[in-house]
Amino acid sequence: MKIKSENELSVTFPSLSSNEGIARAVAGIFVSQQNPTIDELADIKCAVSEAVTNSIVHGYKNSFGDIQMTIKLLPERTFKIEIKDKGIGIPDIAAAMEPLFTTDAENERSGLGFSIMESFMDTVSVRSSPGKGCRVVMVKKLSPIRRTPIHN
Amino acid sequence: MLHKTADVKFTKESSTLTAHIEGEIDHHGAATVRRLIDTEIAETLPETLCLDLSGVRFMDSSGLGLILGRYNNAAKFGISFTVKDPSPSAKRIISAAGAERIIKIVYGEN
Repeated sequence: MKIKSENELSVTFPSLSSNEGIARAVAGIFVSQQNPTIDELADIKCAVSEAVTNSIVHGYKNSFGDIQMTIKLLPERTFKIEIKDKGIGIPDIAAAMEPLFTTDAENERSGLGFSIMESFMDTVSVRSSPGKGCRVVMVKKLSPIRRTPIHN
Repeated sequence: MLHKTADVKFTKESSTLTAHIEGEIDHHGAATVRRLIDTEIAETLPETLCLDLSGVRFMDSSGLGLILGRYNNAAKFGISFTVKDPSPSAKRIISAAGAERIIKIVYGEN
């Protein structure tokens, strides 16, 4: 069953580390329209940062390519964010998602990217195989807006 | 101010070197900050390294890797290590990773 989105945005950018901040800012602007709490906005921007960084650092480790971020606003203030690359792909997704697992300890990678994504978003799913790039989909539903009652 | 790159300024008081880190400490920003801090440590050889995170506007796990990397580096050279006044952004990632059990965090003046 395909859920129709109320609004969506798609950006494609090259795997330059300077685009990590731009991806966060774009996601932040789109999500801000729904008046998230400060924490919700920070959570989403951080999760986006982790996923985009993974594509740059690991997906395109020894190469260069495009990363596509698509954000969809679904009903009930739910955001679905997809980050896709055409990099080298992940041979063992379960291992990659283990906390503290990293293939790049030499460069002080903490191995916490996926853990943080799972901590800050409601769901995270990863589709990848060697040579076939990587597609990360993260979903977060914002809490209901509390309406302050107006008294006379 | 939509997007501020990372920067670090240093102050030295007796044998404590304080690195005042500012901006967005992501993978992109961490590389610069790492180089600047390691160079300064090698040149000043302090007894204590303090990272002032009050000016951090954003930090993710890459930024945390930088903090933990400096902690490991300091330990290797017998240098004491503290983190001071982490901003809300810094605090959020430090807590999410449970890193406050590993690194010493101080608040307030000196």
